[in-house]
Amino acid sequence: MILAEPGQLISISRISHDPNVSVMLEEARRYPINYGQGEEVFRLSPDLVLAGAFTSSYTVGLLRRLGVEVAQLPIANSLDAIPGNIREVGLLLGREVEAEVVVAQFEADLASLRADRDRATRAALHYANNYTSGENSLAHEILTAAGFANIAAEAGLSGGGTLAMERLVMLMPDLVISGQPYPGASRSEEVLRHPAMEVLRDRHAAHALADAEWVCGTPAVLRAIARLVDLHEGGS
Amino acid sequence: MTRALLPLLGVTVAVLFAASLMIGPAGLAPVQALSALIRGDALAETLVMREIRLPRAILAVLVGAALGLAGAALQGYLRNPLAEPGLIGVSGSAALGAVLALQSGFAALHVLALPGAALLGAVLAVLVILALAGPRGGSITLILAGIAVSALAGALTSLVLNLSPNPFAASEIVFWMMGSLQDRSMTHVWLAVPFIALGAMVLLAQGRKFDALTLGEDAAASMGVHLGRLRLALVLGVASMVGAATAVAGAIGFVGLVVPHILRPLVGAQPSRLLPASALGGAVLVLMADIAVRVILPTRDLKLGVLTAIVGAPLFLHLIYKTRAQGL
Repeated sequence: MILAEPGQLISISRISHDPNVSVMLEEARRYPINYGQGEEVFRLSPDLVLAGAFTSSYTVGLLRRLGVEVAQLPIANSLDAIPGNIREVGLLLGREVEAEVVVAQFEADLASLRADRDRATRAALHYANNYTSGENSLAHEILTAAGFANIAAEAGLSGGGTLAMERLVMLMPDLVISGQPYPGASRSEEVLRHPAMEVLRDRHAAHALADAEWVCGTPAVLRAIARLVDLHEGGS
Repeated sequence: MTRALLPLLGVTVAVLFAASLMIGPAGLAPVQALSALIRGDALAETLVMREIRLPRAILAVLVGAALGLAGAALQGYLRNPLAEPGLIGVSGSAALGAVLALQSGFAALHVLALPGAALLGAVLAVLVILALAGPRGGSITLILAGIAVSALAGALTSLVLNLSPNPFAASEIVFWMMGSLQDRSMTHVWLAVPFIALGAMVLLAQGRKFDALTLGEDAAASMGVHLGRLRLALVLGVASMVGAATAVAGAIGFVGLVVPHILRPLVGAQPSRLLPASALGGAVLVLMADIAVRVILPTRDLKLGVLTAIVGAPLFLHLIYKTRAQGL
């Protein structure tokens, strides 16, 4: 949506209309959505389909057999991978110049945010089911770019994984950043409101929520970093 | 042996309770753990002991006692060793009630809404089972009715969780059908305690009446046992205990089957003595299962029902074989 020319984008994933994970909800509401099913996407007769690395390989194969060009983009696991993805989309859409502008802006903003900090404040990411992100993950890079030490990396976790609540408590993070709860109830999310976690959260005046801006490798991660930097400087 | 049974079971519960407090991924030394639990000196250790491990151990005792006692009471009333809250669909219906309360938002309105809804689900299931396989119904009717009630409750639970807007809800079907005590809190303990205590008092008070019932309904009635009142006490007692246990821990099967079966010969097959023994025995079994899931797979949330079913299902088959041989 950032890169496409008006009229170039004809349909977007249903996820972009989900306020929990979409960073461009307002803009997204202007486009019709699809549910990623081969039949409905083919009926739109697109020249190009942009798919993620986790899009069903059957759907991708079906569309390719039907003669639709499908480009699969890798998941950005680091801040450094974001410019590459932006450039690739620019190339696919024939909008290389616009892509370079976005990349330049992104890199300049990131550099200004990524000042040298002591990393003495230790933060824990805590999602439903005690899921967290260790080294080699985008969330870890967002944390460290904002000057926090990630507790999951301290516990030796690489990529995403679960960290038992007992272990998380024993590591005594200074700041707990919780996942944003979805509507409806679930036992998985009950851990976010567990009394032990409430005690940890109350130790720090500030409170942070990991939301849509954390999920995908887009320039929106800068907003997440900026908010954390404010928190870091306000707290110390 | 029979005289020493209750104290022996009590000591076993205490030992396992202590063991349950000592085991966990945080790897605390026993002395350190005890000092944190009692004196509350170090913040991290105290949080782990008081907010994570203590509620888990207490709930294991409560849930186990509830399931063991409910199983013994159902078997006493129906005079059938196959009656068990999980197998006859009482736990499954309680889970359905709990899931409906959670997903409709009803549970957020009042603290008692969640256990209340689970209790209501359990009451309905007990009533259906008693209507179909009451005192004169045979084992076949009981088991068939149980299968139907369990299947329906399980299907509706899955349906409700699949319809939930929450992306995690559908993956929790396993929790509601198998049960777990992972990451429970003191809130859950306070939620379950009153219902389980009330149910236990109601059921334990019926011991003598169950004894009389072993001689047959007519004999019991001539001894002054009011069967209607006994049935009411059974329905409310079982539903209250199983409802509260399921609302906080999911449906854990086979506890009410295995425990009374093992203890029955030790109490001379006397229901009034089997009831308290089964409550303690249930606590022992669930504590053991909950310790085992943490030792076998410390990093994953292995469900309690997996272990109780591995122990309980073969025994269940054995019991079916035995009752068939007796021509019941």
